[in-house]
Amino acid sequence: MEVSRVEVRPGVWLTHLREDKFKTACFSVSLLSQLSRDTAAMNALIPFVLRRGTRLYPDMEALNARFEELYGTAIEPSVRRIGEIQCSGFYASFPEDDFLPKGESVLKEALELTFEMLLSPVTRGGLFLPAYVESERDNLLDLIASRLNNKRAYALTRCLEEMCCCEDFAVSRYGDEETCRSINYKKLSRHYKAMLQEAPLELFYCGRASLDRVRRLLRGLLAPLPRGEVNTEIGTEIRMNALEDQPRYTEEQMDVAQANLVIGWRLGECMEDPDFPALYVFNDLFGGSPSSRLFLNVREKLSLCYYASSIIDVRKGLLLVSSGIQEKNYDAAKEEIFSQLEALQRGEITEEALDTARSGVASDLRSIPDTQSALESFFLAQAVTGADFGPLELAELVTEVSADRVQAVAQSVECDQIYLLKAFPQEAEGEAAVSGDSGEVNAEVAEAGETA
Amino acid sequence: MRMTKTDYPATGDTLYSGTATNGLRVRVVPKKGFSGFYAVFGTDYGGTYRRFRLNGKEYDTPAGVAHYLEHKMFDLPDGDSALNLLSQNGADPNAFTSSDVTCYYFHCTHRFEENLRMLLHFVSTPYFTAETVQKEQGIIGQEIHMGEDNPGTANYYQLLNLLYRNHPIREKVIGTVESIAEITADTLYECHAAFYTPGNMVLCVAGDVDPDRILSIAEEELPPDSKPIPEVLFGEAEDLLPAAQRAVLNMPVATTQFLIGAKLRPAEKGLLLFRQQLTASLALRLLTGPSSPFYNRLYESGLLNRSFDADADFSTGVGTVIIGGESRDPDAVLQALLDEVSRIGKAGLDPILFERSRRAALGGALRAMEDFDDVCVSLVLDEFDGFCYLDYPSVMASIEKTECEAFLADALKPERLALSIVEAKKG
Repeated sequence: MEVSRVEVRPGVWLTHLREDKFKTACFSVSLLSQLSRDTAAMNALIPFVLRRGTRLYPDMEALNARFEELYGTAIEPSVRRIGEIQCSGFYASFPEDDFLPKGESVLKEALELTFEMLLSPVTRGGLFLPAYVESERDNLLDLIASRLNNKRAYALTRCLEEMCCCEDFAVSRYGDEETCRSINYKKLSRHYKAMLQEAPLELFYCGRASLDRVRRLLRGLLAPLPRGEVNTEIGTEIRMNALEDQPRYTEEQMDVAQANLVIGWRLGECMEDPDFPALYVFNDLFGGSPSSRLFLNVREKLSLCYYASSIIDVRKGLLLVSSGIQEKNYDAAKEEIFSQLEALQRGEITEEALDTARSGVASDLRSIPDTQSALESFFLAQAVTGADFGPLELAELVTEVSADRVQAVAQSVECDQIYLLKAFPQEAEGEAAVSGDSGEVNAEVAEAGETA
Repeated sequence: MRMTKTDYPATGDTLYSGTATNGLRVRVVPKKGFSGFYAVFGTDYGGTYRRFRLNGKEYDTPAGVAHYLEHKMFDLPDGDSALNLLSQNGADPNAFTSSDVTCYYFHCTHRFEENLRMLLHFVSTPYFTAETVQKEQGIIGQEIHMGEDNPGTANYYQLLNLLYRNHPIREKVIGTVESIAEITADTLYECHAAFYTPGNMVLCVAGDVDPDRILSIAEEELPPDSKPIPEVLFGEAEDLLPAAQRAVLNMPVATTQFLIGAKLRPAEKGLLLFRQQLTASLALRLLTGPSSPFYNRLYESGLLNRSFDADADFSTGVGTVIIGGESRDPDAVLQALLDEVSRIGKAGLDPILFERSRRAALGGALRAMEDFDDVCVSLVLDEFDGFCYLDYPSVMASIEKTECEAFLADALKPERLALSIVEAKKG
């Protein structure tokens, strides 16, 4: 795998990975902006509106037909946040020429179509079509509201919102309902034009085409991009301490069968000079894997839950634990989660556990080059945060992490927020009403239950 | 060379197939240039296999046994857990149970052979005590509750209960809090002895490995012989009409979710079944796919959004069309679907759309085969159904437009459809 990074126009960077082992190639384009409540919904909406139609393919049916002609090329909106930077654009995936009928190639066409979608939307009087903007705005409102459907993810998001209530990080990658509702086609068209001029642009390609070939193609495709002064003042503000002396507590009631407990910590002073390998190993040891303390104790030893796991955001400096429990076990679960963290703070880290965590994290990192989408996410995050090491280099560093370094991370964290999603009290419980002829209503994990 | 080599030029893959002396089927997809190894060890045993006959005796087991067994297989006799041992050895192990299969798998970048031996060892070593079986009830109980709060799964089972009268596909793979309370160590031993015999299992490996070596390791780690395979009893065959046609469930959801379904009569196991599955999938794409007039008309009018999807699911002895997503008015979507089926019935499918969709399906297969974890699982599942997943491109390319038209006209008759809805309580 050869990795190159070049600036192809002012503020437009290409990360190019030459790789022959895949059957398909991928290309992504991301417009970067500072995550903020005022603009997040507009930034998120733009690729969905652009996906509705272009000058050459003015509606979705025409555009989708073109994708199919290009052997099932997919070019789909991609909206992410990395720390407090919002990334909005497209992710394209298309077959490598070697798997197409002799003489056929879709690289050029797929790249052309991606830029056609980015730069040449169907317009009237220079503005987006009101119908497209309104219908995609309504879809985005549904998407924002749909966070309610997955209770575990909902509880995590709600905990983050409460915890980071004074920070931009409380805004989701899709923005919030209120600002989304206020978007109209004129406002969005203006914002889109400004984005193209100002936003740093990250391009990513992984496939069999050489850097030269991709660059040559991009030169022509980027020519019509109306560039102005690029906004380089974007970044993530890291809060080191909890907001108050004692962790804040928030609870919410809903018609649910299972309670969801989420606990949030600031990673604390260790974020002044983050020891990334130690942060990853710490998370794996604490609750990031089936050999972690939370899995072995909260689940396997005490049978309190199906999942009790931790996630870490090394860009924003946060640690979150989430667990689906019975409400009556709230105290027991909370106590056990804190007591496992305290054990790590005291440095109770066996050589065996440390070794397992290091090899687990290293193996995850070494597997990134096996999947294009994982490579794309990894290198986009590197580009956004200005880091320049690859996944294999990071894996090597992980194998050297000592117990002391993990303990230092554990000692640095500061609990900031506890959130509990629970059922309504018994008497007011919303009954699951069933109508129609089906006598029985079943619900369970789709098709399967995963062990870990 | 004890394995048979087959090349699949359309996707650039090579498959090695062989059968071990104990009857275990082994499939290997060598992957040069990748750092990861993936192995999946599956048995032809899932949530619907509750009743079976073996050596003249009939068994009737509680709902959720296959999945419960999957959880408990990770316990080893010396008090160790295979989950821990594999993790300590740098592997990322897991397992899943579906309606007709149980699979154990791991992914790793180092010490592959040790991990493979451990996988084969723990899946073939039953060890259950009253205490360890009891302890799992709390964990699976929470897994059951987690599922109860998931609107997608609630809707899925509501649909299956509309369609099926008695087939065990109606019951949750995971069981209920009550049914799992009936499971004992003896139940688990019996089911393990019945279904986890090499002749009823498939091992599939992808990575930079020597295929013959995999076969030898399997022979070294597993019992030397296979035992008789149980006959599974699914009850009386069902007709093609749904038990009921409409049901609504209230849950906290943001937008109303719906599933439209129909029962199918699966072909006999083998290539015909594969062809039937791909025909169903292509026909549904032609009817409702991204460049279909139906989807674009309903999307434009705000009746459908990007969550919409359609496919056919096949499990042992049953086939189900499932079309669904989010909509403000699921009844209007159903009506529009019926109108479109009727229009296609008269006018036929657009030949340009047909060629284009088939081409896109082939490109999609290329993308799907990129993920070798998925490829391995599909190879195991399809082996139990008597065909090979890697034949996808060649079978897909051979499907005719008329087959798709016949499928739509037959499977999507108004009297065969059921509509299942999950919506927020009004008011």
